Amino acid sequence: MDVTILSRLQFAVATYFHFLFVPLTLGLVWLLAIMETRYVKTGDEEYKKMAKFWGKIYLINFAIGVVTGITLEFQFGTNWARYSQYVGDVFGSLLAIEATVAFFLESTFIAVWVFGWDKLSKKMHALAIWLVAIGTNVSALWILTANSWMQHPVGYVMRNGRAELVSFSAVVFQPYVWLKFTHQITAAMTLAGFFVAGVSAYHLLKGSNVSFFKKSFKMAITYALIASILVVLIGHEHAAEVAKTQPTKLAAMESLWETRTHAPIYLFLWPDAEHEKNSVEVLPLPGMLSLLAFHSTSAQVKGLKDFPKDERPPVLPTFLSFRIMVGLGFLFILLTLYGYFKREDIENHPAYLKIMLYSIPLTYIAILLGWTVAEVGRQPWIVYGLMKVKDAVSPTITSTQVLTSLIAFTLVYTLLGIADFYLIIKTAKKGPEA
Amino acid sequence: MIWQIIWFILWAVLWAVYFILDGFDLGLGSLLPVLAKNDKERRIIYNAMGPFWDGNEVWLITAGGATFAAFPKTYAVMFSCLYTPLLLILFALILRGVAFEFRSKHDSEGWRKIWDFCLVFGSFLPALLFGVAFANIFKGIPFDVNGMYHGNTLKLLNPYGLVGGILFVLVFMMHGSLWLWVKSEGDLSERAKETADKFWYAVLVFAVIFLAYSYFETKLWDNYFKSPILFVIPLLAVICLVMVKVYITKGESFRSWLSSAFTILFTVFWGIVGLFPNLFPSSIDPNASLTIFNSSSSELTLKIMTVVAVIFVPIVIFYQFWTYKTFIHTVTEKDLESDEAY
Repeated sequence: MDVTILSRLQFAVATYFHFLFVPLTLGLVWLLAIMETRYVKTGDEEYKKMAKFWGKIYLINFAIGVVTGITLEFQFGTNWARYSQYVGDVFGSLLAIEATVAFFLESTFIAVWVFGWDKLSKKMHALAIWLVAIGTNVSALWILTANSWMQHPVGYVMRNGRAELVSFSAVVFQPYVWLKFTHQITAAMTLAGFFVAGVSAYHLLKGSNVSFFKKSFKMAITYALIASILVVLIGHEHAAEVAKTQPTKLAAMESLWETRTHAPIYLFLWPDAEHEKNSVEVLPLPGMLSLLAFHSTSAQVKGLKDFPKDERPPVLPTFLSFRIMVGLGFLFILLTLYGYFKREDIENHPAYLKIMLYSIPLTYIAILLGWTVAEVGRQPWIVYGLMKVKDAVSPTITSTQVLTSLIAFTLVYTLLGIADFYLIIKTAKKGPEA
Repeated sequence: MIWQIIWFILWAVLWAVYFILDGFDLGLGSLLPVLAKNDKERRIIYNAMGPFWDGNEVWLITAGGATFAAFPKTYAVMFSCLYTPLLLILFALILRGVAFEFRSKHDSEGWRKIWDFCLVFGSFLPALLFGVAFANIFKGIPFDVNGMYHGNTLKLLNPYGLVGGILFVLVFMMHGSLWLWVKSEGDLSERAKETADKFWYAVLVFAVIFLAYSYFETKLWDNYFKSPILFVIPLLAVICLVMVKVYITKGESFRSWLSSAFTILFTVFWGIVGLFPNLFPSSIDPNASLTIFNSSSSELTLKIMTVVAVIFVPIVIFYQFWTYKTFIHTVTEKDLESDEAY
């Protein structure tokens, strides 16, 4: 296999794995901060117990997120040297700012929080978790600014044989960044809400620590409800931005082959990339795609056939990932709505609690599918319209090297993943009494 | 031109701070089986690094990020040429980080043994490879103008590279033992002190060998002969190293550790100042060598990065300093009873 494919696989393994842990880090930290703040304000020891119990799970999860994040930074240099050289002037600074502004903050204060229960005043200790919350989320902002630039490069000129920055504010303030960021944050909050609600459901079903887990559930379900509504609304705006900036991605997301006005959305559809058409198209919602993408049923939407074959992303994975993600997004709203209205006697709805327990993985799947849409849908570009993936790989590395490291990553990550999920499940099952 | 020099200095500072801070973690982690006689002592060692290792490692990420941002061409060529050693460092650091978090989360002898091994391996290997890598960079790396590497990983283990690696390992082991001397009490603390004292002699021998060997193997001393005022840097490194021993003899643990920290600072400065204006010199074609001038980002990027660094690096130093102050106390058995302890 050639170096490009292996490097892509390696990046995919490293990113997907990293992202099994990041969303819980991003989303759960706000809940921890709220729990501890309530403890400080009301003096209710149960809130402290909550912050400690959910915090313990948070930390097990956090560790893997941190150590696997370094891999991603390193890989731009090791495997994508041409890319790094070509766009480092813009892209590199965003990663460096992330480390300086945010990563230090979260890494330093997470330790302060862990080791500071008896060493700091209550208020200082609560401040530590708020700083972690700000650190992790600002960290996400800079990483997503960098990723948004790969999706929609702005604020640069071609000079000295590379992309050079001319407007930092254009890079940071483009709508793409803020839509992606808020979409990601609310998705992470949804996941964390489902996580806490699902684990609480497990204990409520068993009847253990009912008061503790009911309190946790109520908090989590409210949080998840707000987040799951926002993630869909923002997701819609995000897709409209994609329509404007990445027409090939949008066309692949909807498997639209012919450019047309009044473009419909088919409720059931199956792409046939070989013949550049869809083999199944039933139940159209007329004009819906035009409406959603460009806010007018008569708007023209570009089809894939308008673009050269070597500039189109793989249609089936982009389309399917998008469809399933959207479907899950709506399912999450329904599930949280039900739970929210039944929250006062939620322990009397065992069937629902069981569903919530088994819904935890669905939120992980939804987020990974979202990233599949973002990254596979960008293909064949590494920077949309500017540089192709095949031109970005390091010239000097060999396929043996990359194959070896790919196998090593897969092995090490699989073992770590098993150990981590084992510990998370064990800790979650044990409950707060331990 | 001025911006490149600013970023060259910052680059040196980031590496120096990283080696000072993570240096004691790496050294202490490597010495776990030597210093600890039982599980309680092993846990004290873990917790002596507990509140710090994560924040310390971020200096490495920032040093990497700063290389990417300020000198993208160096970042690209350096990281792709040193593919295998860098990934080995990466795997080692991953295992080390996880070891901290996982070791005490499951009560089983075998489980703890696995993570103890990961800590030792994950600390020793980066210490050694950072030394090997920097020594080879000082010497020059065989790559051409197209960024193609003409060496292999085994060739990095040449005598000079190995001396560099051993020096790093010894310095970090001394530095880590001193840290444990500060952070523990009783027998363990005493043992840490004695170990540091032994390593001090080893460091002295290898430092002299390395400095002299560098005269024959590298061009590092050229800058010093050109501007003799610079000799003050290696001189300070030597003075600080002597102070380590002075404070060990006096029984002043923290000052001794601090002297060791400054020894690392000036040693890193010595090497990097010697490199100037190179960041990643080629051993086969001087035209391929990457300097702070031919590999830097545009002036705008460097300016923006400078603003960010000027504002945030002091803030980071401030709160990390506060963290150290808050958690500098010795780790006692009582600390191990806490639910959150490693």
